[in-house]
Amino acid sequence: MKRKLEITELIFKVISYTCLTVFALCCLYPFVYAISASISGREAVEYSRVVLFPQQLQFDAFSRMFNDSMFWNAYTNTLFLTFYGTIWALFFSILGGYALSKKRLLFRRFFNFFLVFTMWFSAGIVPQYLNYLDTRDVFNAMGITDDKWLVVIAMGMAAMNIILLRNAFEGVPSDIEEAAIVDGATEMQVLTKVYIPMSKSTIATVALFFAISRWNGYFWARQMIQNSNEHPLQVFIRLRLEEYTDPEIMAGWNESYASDSVIYALIVCSIVPILVIYPFIQKYFAKGVNVGGVKE
Amino acid sequence: MKKPMAGDFLIYDKTTGAYRADPEQLVRDDVEKHYWRNVVRTVIKDWRLYLMLVPMILVFLFWRYFPMYELLRCFKVDDAVKPVADQYFSGFYNFKLLLGGAGSDQMSLDFWRALRNTFLLSFYGLLFGFPMPIILALFFNEIKSNILRSAYQVMTYLPKFMSTVVMTSLVTMLVKQGSITTEMGIISRMLADIGLITEEVANAGLLNNPGFFRAIYQISGIWEGAGYDSIVYFAAIIAISPTSYEAAQIDGAGKMAQMRYVVLPAILSTIVIMLITRIGSLLSVGYEKVLLLYNTNTYVTADVVSTFSQRFGLENKLTGVASAAEMMGNLVSMLLVIGANTISRKASDVSLY
Repeated sequence: MKRKLEITELIFKVISYTCLTVFALCCLYPFVYAISASISGREAVEYSRVVLFPQQLQFDAFSRMFNDSMFWNAYTNTLFLTFYGTIWALFFSILGGYALSKKRLLFRRFFNFFLVFTMWFSAGIVPQYLNYLDTRDVFNAMGITDDKWLVVIAMGMAAMNIILLRNAFEGVPSDIEEAAIVDGATEMQVLTKVYIPMSKSTIATVALFFAISRWNGYFWARQMIQNSNEHPLQVFIRLRLEEYTDPEIMAGWNESYASDSVIYALIVCSIVPILVIYPFIQKYFAKGVNVGGVKE
Repeated sequence: MKKPMAGDFLIYDKTTGAYRADPEQLVRDDVEKHYWRNVVRTVIKDWRLYLMLVPMILVFLFWRYFPMYELLRCFKVDDAVKPVADQYFSGFYNFKLLLGGAGSDQMSLDFWRALRNTFLLSFYGLLFGFPMPIILALFFNEIKSNILRSAYQVMTYLPKFMSTVVMTSLVTMLVKQGSITTEMGIISRMLADIGLITEEVANAGLLNNPGFFRAIYQISGIWEGAGYDSIVYFAAIIAISPTSYEAAQIDGAGKMAQMRYVVLPAILSTIVIMLITRIGSLLSVGYEKVLLLYNTNTYVTADVVSTFSQRFGLENKLTGVASAAEMMGNLVSMLLVIGANTISRKASDVSLY
């Protein structure tokens, strides 16, 4: 049975399509502009002649970026922080979440509260800063002079993610665990052979959360990493932005491309890798939103 | 009330003329002793499980709870160099300084301004930022073609993949000021061309103008998050069975009536949960974003509590005052979180923690 469209329905459809198109285009426009501006010539960028499509094509801004060893350095540092930071945080979160999911754990309520309290009350930036300074002293005394390890080890564990893991582990039927124990599995084998495979998707989601927060981390990396060779990409971008938007520094700019093009090129370079892996992580992204509402 | 003494647990035995232990106390002692013996025995038997907890506990202790000890600086005389324990106690002096009790000076005015800005930024976020994803989800639902809808969804999720730094860099570039060599940013240019803002304002840079900070903050927030946040509402909407719509249509419900009686009840619980989460984090404005967008010209509207204490603590080394500011902000936000969670538990049986 095909029904005729009512007039209100039609109006609503028209409004939906129009608004969505406008909104989606608005969302997309800054990226398109960034790409266009990064490959347009100097005059076209400086006199706002680039609106949508690139003009006076050049790729010198990109090649300046690619020839900058600091850029590659920053990229390597970000990959380092993301990789080790995710592994470190995920490993301990899985162990902690697994232990917390066990009903037989003594003082379980206390340990839960110990975690959840950090979600309610955080000390704030200044006390954390002072604490990290002390941590750095301790690490230096222990022989860890590389500030990157401070960011990896001291930052990034999140109570929310541990609770997500705990809930996922609680959802695994206890019969399977009992069967494994009867077959002679040790605690560690139960975890690696039963629990982790059965909550793969939550672990992937949590790993994604950790990776995103490590990849995006800016403030603490800037505060705590002293050596500019160890700055991650986000800090590098910010420092370049501050440098390139300073009219006094930029007064002597005499390249064939605009200084803005370099910043846009940098922005494009930092988004592209995420866009490349996006199709593979998309389902975990969508799932991450839905596991946000947690029950106890 | 009498102070308990060791003798209270002993009973004077008249027949032997000596004190002996209270038998009930002996039982209590036994239970307590066995309790700890049982605890130790259980822990030893199950040591692998407890060992798994240790790293997590240590990480949280060192980097979540030790800073809370540093927070005690708010009760101490300002001295960034000395450790907390060696500082002189000053009571609530730092709080008084901030709230204006110790004579009205610039610092307390700045603090009140930061408080007001924090509330306003959050409130406007709630007012404009919160309904956007819901509206988007309703619109997505109208598009029946899967390919077209996916295309729209990908386009609107895209900004979410930028980090805060990249997002703010892009915003900074798009509305940057003009100079002798270069023109203003492209968005400023467009706004000036269609007459929304004057040429001079646009040329001076929108981010240097306190009147535009809140608008830029909210619009960039919607740009960044609305598409991604609509996922959860859209998931609730597509879970509605088509038979519900058909039944409503047979009963003569028009489009608006269907919205009102079919779609709205289906997503109401999601809306309530999201709203409560939002209220709970009302005070924790993303300080990184503010920090990256504001400058000395826009403190009037942009300075929030976190950036205020960041500036005083990290740059001016007034750690006591900064800690006091953080303390107040954190306490209020903790009350909001717990309150929101309690309401949520009462109202919808959904507890966020």
